[in-house]
Amino acid sequence: MKIREKIIEGGLAFSALITVLTTIGIIWVLLSQSLVFFKDVSIVEFLTNPEWTPLFTNKNYGILSLLSGTILTSSIAIAVALPIGLTIAIYLSEYAPKGFRTYVKPMLEILAAVPTVVYGFFALTIVTPYLKTIFPEIAPFNALSAGIVMGIMIIPMISSLSEDALFAVPKTLRDASYGMGSTRYQTAFKVLVPAASSGIIVSIILAISRAIGETMIVAIAAGQQPNMTMNPLETVETITAYIVQVSLGDVPHGSIEYRTIFAAGLTLFIFTFILNNISFYIRRKYQERYE
Amino acid sequence: MENTSQKNINNEDQSMSQDTTEKSKVILESKKANVYYGDMHAIKNVNIKMRENSVTAFIGPSGCGKSTFLRTFNRMNDYIDIFRKEGEFYINGKEIYQKDVKVEELRKTVGMVFQKPNPFPKSIYENVAFGLRIQGIKNKSVLDEAVEKSLKQAAIWDEVKDNLKKSALALSGGQQQRICIARALAVEPKVLLMDEPASALDPISTAKIEELIYQLKENYTIVIVTHNMQQAGRVSDRTAFFYIGELIEFGKTKNIFTNPKEELTERYITGRFG
Repeated sequence: MKIREKIIEGGLAFSALITVLTTIGIIWVLLSQSLVFFKDVSIVEFLTNPEWTPLFTNKNYGILSLLSGTILTSSIAIAVALPIGLTIAIYLSEYAPKGFRTYVKPMLEILAAVPTVVYGFFALTIVTPYLKTIFPEIAPFNALSAGIVMGIMIIPMISSLSEDALFAVPKTLRDASYGMGSTRYQTAFKVLVPAASSGIIVSIILAISRAIGETMIVAIAAGQQPNMTMNPLETVETITAYIVQVSLGDVPHGSIEYRTIFAAGLTLFIFTFILNNISFYIRRKYQERYE
Repeated sequence: MENTSQKNINNEDQSMSQDTTEKSKVILESKKANVYYGDMHAIKNVNIKMRENSVTAFIGPSGCGKSTFLRTFNRMNDYIDIFRKEGEFYINGKEIYQKDVKVEELRKTVGMVFQKPNPFPKSIYENVAFGLRIQGIKNKSVLDEAVEKSLKQAAIWDEVKDNLKKSALALSGGQQQRICIARALAVEPKVLLMDEPASALDPISTAKIEELIYQLKENYTIVIVTHNMQQAGRVSDRTAFFYIGELIEFGKTKNIFTNPKEELTERYITGRFG
């Protein structure tokens, strides 16, 4: 019996260890390969050169033109998802009839379960042609269409997590607000949203982090042309899309072109790592909030 | 116990002879009030009149309906789906469940203090200014003045005047409750409903709240629900004893505690049940 307990315990510890080891492994690979890359390319050039052309004969290694693509598409996504997601969250937690919430919330979460490749061709074949009727000069591959569709994809992240945060605000605060003669609208925006703000911020950060890491939609719909621009109608390439491009291409292993994806990956990892840590920090503060 | 139900109609006026509030205006009144939660008959045919600048205590065992009844006077039960009421409820002569009564306006006249201190996770200042802000008042000097006046009325100004920007959640439970009282007073209500305002507090904080209630009745009409009979005895002019949804006895607090007319009341206040 004792041995059985030990085996189970060991098995559980091993499972936990696998995830930790995987993370360490990923960081190790990223760091070691990037270090080799940065022997050939200076960090200053990497961070300041406005061109990213490692696959051309005239090689430039400026991550900014990829980073701008990532920031542009993610910003569009958040601009779409934040107002819609937050409105849904407030409606579901404060206005919707009780039964409605239990049915609609899972349905919304289906949006997050749609394969991203489906979103990708949805952006390319439906959204872009539609946008062309509004902006005739829009490029066939463009940041706007990819950003909008990515925004739709992350709506449930914001609406669901924000709704949880709003729903968790103690009933005593609602009582206090209504007892002072507040309307529903005032209660929602002057009491509940501020009280749930840290939870809402966490949901936004996680959604941003998801948008930054999103690959398929941008690879399909935003294009593969590094472009340091903030014009949403142009073709851009995000860090993730570049990694896909090189991974699928015929770049020889061990070459400097090949190592660029590790440097790009490391940049991406640092970004999402920081964002996730901020959200972790806010969430921990949030737990000691009401008492 | 069976013969108590019809006796509560007239027991208000009999014990009024030496009451100081005797001639003042009736502010709260219910006529044939019945409240139901689904199938449960929570309040049974209650008639009661409460006068201006008096403190009325509702006492009775848990689940007797006293909090429910209290909340019908600012319509806080409206949010409960299965709540249903019959009869009439008057504030200052106006029936408050009529269609033309705006519930938000009603609650500005009838303030409420809850069992558990429930300040907003905002600064002390913003807590007290909340009621004025939702009325659209933005003028800083008006707000400053109202905040100071309310905090003084709630007897907490001296403790917090240097820290008005501090979060109200950083205060002790007793201080938080006085902030909540100040918050309710800031909109200058006529009536203050208090639902066991000291039940979550330590004895010293409780004493402060009781003293405060005594001072507040100069300007407000107060109704307090309490489990604590000594508290009812200390703070109230009149006491209403509820038992399973019925108003068993209502009269001057002194009389209720020294010379109750109903056997049930006597048994309750002497601690034989409850």
